[in-house]
Amino acid sequence: MLALIWKDLQIELRTKETLASLLLLGLLTLLVLSFAFDPTSEMREAAAPGVLWVSVIFAGTLGMNRSLLHEREHDCLHGLLLAPLDRGTIYVAKTAGNFVFMLLAEVIVVPLFIFFFNLPLWLTVVRVTPVLLLGLLGFAAIGTLFAAVSLRTRAREVMLPLLMLPLASPLFIAAIQASTQLMSGQPLGAVSHWLNLIAAFDVVFLVVGWLTFEYAVEE
Amino acid sequence: MSGAIELVGLSKRFGRTLAVDDVGLTIAEGAAVALFGPNGAGKTTLMRLCATLLRPSRGTIRVCGLDTANEGPQVRRNIAVLAHESYLYPDLTATENLLFYGRLFKVRDVAARVRALIERLGLVGWAHRPVRTLSRGLLQRCALARVLIHEPKVLFLDEPFTGLDLEAQKTLHSVLADAHRRGTTLLMSTHDMPSGFSLCTSALVLASGRLAWQGAIAPGDWPSFEDKYHALTRGDADAGAAAR
Repeated sequence: MLALIWKDLQIELRTKETLASLLLLGLLTLLVLSFAFDPTSEMREAAAPGVLWVSVIFAGTLGMNRSLLHEREHDCLHGLLLAPLDRGTIYVAKTAGNFVFMLLAEVIVVPLFIFFFNLPLWLTVVRVTPVLLLGLLGFAAIGTLFAAVSLRTRAREVMLPLLMLPLASPLFIAAIQASTQLMSGQPLGAVSHWLNLIAAFDVVFLVVGWLTFEYAVEE
Repeated sequence: MSGAIELVGLSKRFGRTLAVDDVGLTIAEGAAVALFGPNGAGKTTLMRLCATLLRPSRGTIRVCGLDTANEGPQVRRNIAVLAHESYLYPDLTATENLLFYGRLFKVRDVAARVRALIERLGLVGWAHRPVRTLSRGLLQRCALARVLIHEPKVLFLDEPFTGLDLEAQKTLHSVLADAHRRGTTLLMSTHDMPSGFSLCTSALVLASGRLAWQGAIAPGDWPSFEDKYHALTRGDADAGAAAR
């Protein structure tokens, strides 16, 4: 599995395609939405967590689409499927790679989000980090699975969000709710129900992905 | 000798299309078998079924004595597929690709094995260039190194000579013949009869997904075989069945 993750990182270090698109779209979304609210209005602060997650969703969907695309060139997916591994292992490795790429993008996006919305730096980082980690893991779990499903479809760029976003909406609702409450000053315990929901979503989709990836990539 | 590949009542259906229809055969360990048939006869599907890339609709497949339905990872440890596509990542170098596949197969002392293959296949000057920049012949040599990295017992070759120049064809032929001499079982689908006859000792003919003929072949016999082949593959499966 480590060989699979290392291979994806090697390709990314060379091409920088996924990280560049994740960052560019994430930052652009953030920038545009930060100008949508009056700087003096209270609405701006209330909308901030939603803006952050919208940028995560837009950029993440694009990154997810890219993540399996290089397996199509030279039919490399068949090379992977011919490895003496359980196909679920390939899914876990791909999910881990997507999680790492999204996390790296957020390392840059979150400080800029804090800057655009004039939020307290360390307080926001400490409060948003657990939600982001859990949310990104769930997003990577469901996104990788549906990226595999849409890989062999003709309109895969359209198919991925169409298939994934409705199913991922509980994850995003929980993540936005948890982020909003934490950033408004509530303690971690007060949002434990939302965090539990995100964690349950993560576990369910990691298990479903592990079990069904073989069928998802089948011709 | 036991069977390296054993198919029993094998069928594969894609929607309404029956791509492989009730194929049963045994290929002995160490055999070199050419798989002939017109486009759409089911050759690639049959190879992919044997290589666990597809699941049969009906029937069973055993490769190296292992059931492909229940022992997929163990089967894949013993096989390799060389197809028209290289399965190599264009943005990685030949060495990086080979190291990656070697690690997937947990090859011992993988770096030394990669170096040895690169030298054997004449890739030294190109080993550190991204695969994207290699010519078709060099790409196929890298793909050959990929399939040999874990010393498979069974090699599935799907149109391996397509698009290669004469020099590259010669190299590929000599490496495959050498693998066969060392005991590797070869199953090669091809339209190129001279190549099939020079490398293989027996042949199968698929027509409309059915096994229309199987038997021994000898180098140089392909001109006389061509008439038989055309009779077997003319029209539909009934023609093939009648010829059998």
